[in-house]
Amino acid sequence: MTSIEAHVQQPYKYGFVTDIESEVVPAGLNEDVIRLISAKKGEPEWMLEWRLKAYRNWLKMSEPHWPNVKYGPIDYQAISYYAAPKKLPKLDSLDQVDPKLVATFAKLGIPIEEQKRLTGVAVDAVFDSVSVATTFQAELAKFGVIFMPISQAIREHADLVQKYLGTVVPYNDNFFAALNSAVFTDGSFVYVPKGVRCPLELSTYFRINASSTGQFERTLIIADEGSYVSYLEGCSAPMRDENQLHAAVVELIALDNAQIKYSTIQNWYPGDDEGKGGIYNFVTKRGKCAGRNSKISWTQVETGSAITWKYPGCILQGDNSIGEFYSVAVTSHKQQADTGTKMIHLGKNTRSTIVSKGISAGRGQNTYRGLVKIMKGAEGARNYSQCDSMLIGDKCGAHTFPYIDVRNSTAIMEHEASTSKIGEDQIFYLRQRGLSSEDAVSMIVNGFCKEVFKELPMEFAVEATRLLGISLEGSVG
Amino acid sequence: MTKGKALLEVQGLRVAVAGNEILKGVDLAIRDGEVHAIMGPNGSGKSTLAQVLAGHPAYTVLAGTAKYEGKDLLDMKPEERARAGVFLAFQYPVEIRGITNSYFLRSALNALRRERGEAELDPIDFLQFLERKLKAIGWDDSMMNRPVNEGFSGGEKKRNEILQLAVLEPRLAILDETDSGLDIDALKTVAETVNKLRAPSRAFLIVTHYQRLLNYITPDVVHVLADGRIVKSGGPELAHELEAKGYDWLRDAAMVS
Repeated sequence: MTSIEAHVQQPYKYGFVTDIESEVVPAGLNEDVIRLISAKKGEPEWMLEWRLKAYRNWLKMSEPHWPNVKYGPIDYQAISYYAAPKKLPKLDSLDQVDPKLVATFAKLGIPIEEQKRLTGVAVDAVFDSVSVATTFQAELAKFGVIFMPISQAIREHADLVQKYLGTVVPYNDNFFAALNSAVFTDGSFVYVPKGVRCPLELSTYFRINASSTGQFERTLIIADEGSYVSYLEGCSAPMRDENQLHAAVVELIALDNAQIKYSTIQNWYPGDDEGKGGIYNFVTKRGKCAGRNSKISWTQVETGSAITWKYPGCILQGDNSIGEFYSVAVTSHKQQADTGTKMIHLGKNTRSTIVSKGISAGRGQNTYRGLVKIMKGAEGARNYSQCDSMLIGDKCGAHTFPYIDVRNSTAIMEHEASTSKIGEDQIFYLRQRGLSSEDAVSMIVNGFCKEVFKELPMEFAVEATRLLGISLEGSVG
Repeated sequence: MTKGKALLEVQGLRVAVAGNEILKGVDLAIRDGEVHAIMGPNGSGKSTLAQVLAGHPAYTVLAGTAKYEGKDLLDMKPEERARAGVFLAFQYPVEIRGITNSYFLRSALNALRRERGEAELDPIDFLQFLERKLKAIGWDDSMMNRPVNEGFSGGEKKRNEILQLAVLEPRLAILDETDSGLDIDALKTVAETVNKLRAPSRAFLIVTHYQRLLNYITPDVVHVLADGRIVKSGGPELAHELEAKGYDWLRDAAMVS
């Protein structure tokens, strides 16, 4: 099997550091630091109060250790909670963005200059703790779509933020969500008004650059009645020996007949072969199908991070609402992932679909953890779950923990699971037809992930396929 | 049979798998356009010979040489052998989930075309190319949009191997027990297709346990492999003799000699 393993270990391609003058708040966390962050963002009093409330709660909470992952203690006082490039543009004028930042995002495949923008995709580029550019804001405004950094939305659309922030993921939801609520910096805010189909794909790219910092972004997306939006996030970070913490919160709200499609291509630095360095990706993502006939669909392709801990879920409150979760999670090197979803059925005739594909290579450990809960009032609820695991090599692991809690006897539940192994025989078969061993692995893995990739927006499906190829290169050979 | 240069020339080939020596000195020469059959009892090393010529990594060559088009075949990676025109129809074809037969075949064909310096075929060109090939062998395209071998019956899997052979047009086609698990109708279809694909520029090495496939495909040479050595070679009539007498008399003969 050594030949297969040789392929998965490909050097991380986004590990460069941008040499830029940054303002970094000294390490440590206390109420003064939170006041400082709030002041830097020019926030109203209510926002600061909310943060402090979250912080005081967090102090009473303890880090969860039930996930199937192993890591040393995190010193929360050794992390800096705010880092921003010194030369920041004034709002509405992308021309003033530091050329080094423009070059950084260009190198990551995210052009933010006026002339080179991606067609059909509006991008919010977040560098450490701040958003440096958001494209197509004016064009989207013509449709009434608000797409801006959340710090700007707190100032300019306080009513909306105040109404929805923390309604899906409360400030005291869990340890990392509470930490995020206290110290969150930038992330995106999206509001799509009634009856509007958002004309562009919305996308946020998160880049960690500064060392000894964490990134704590917060995203809030509201799809008003009868609206539709497709949103995609991407992320990467430099290669460092230290572990950096990324604890984000994402909240989605879909009102009557609204649809939100949320896609993630996660490529944080995974650490080296020995498991040194890499991002701790401890993220809380949840959507609420608040309205009747609403739909929230999560699609994630997770190839990065040293440790991933996330369960993008849906609260299916509105009658006939639909929740979907499509996931590809890859762990190679010494990566660990404990990821899956939660589908909470409250409304009548609510439906959920879960398709999870876990790929383990190298010494990676991949855990699917999912909860499907059918509450008493959820007459006629349905769930279909499919969990497939693929093993490449014999030093990795795949684990599945599906939790099912049904409190209404009319529910229909289906669960399928499989585990397969890419074997020398499969690779040999394809090589015997003229494909290189890299192409052979990539073909087998892509076939395995097909049901998830077809859920990605066209523009990103290609990117996901490529990323998967890169992260598995060197695992076979 | 002695005229012309050999396309494949195997000399003194000794091969082990998991530490056990299976082939104990095989000599074999196949010229362009010839059809050779390798017969032998179970465990004689027939499949080992097929796999090692295709380059399966589980097999270790202990000694001997194999020259293909004058080049050292054993020194080439499996994909290099494939691109040079060596094709193995597998005894146990593997399933590739989520990848259609058509996509898989186009990728394989394009890998071969790149090697030959020819332009790659896009999906539309490939479809036309495929239609011509299918027509030539009288097959329909019902297998093309199904995932590679997934949910295929044993017979369908074997037919799919022959379909790939027809599309990839190798110079040396090795058929590893393609007849096993086929009912008589499927066997006839496969044999007819192989006969259609016989060409002056294409040689076949057909590995089989039973003589029945050779009722439909007439080989130029029949070899009997027993205990890792070729103990007898002859014309097509040798296959009939084996059918009548079994393998034991040859094994005994080999031991005496």
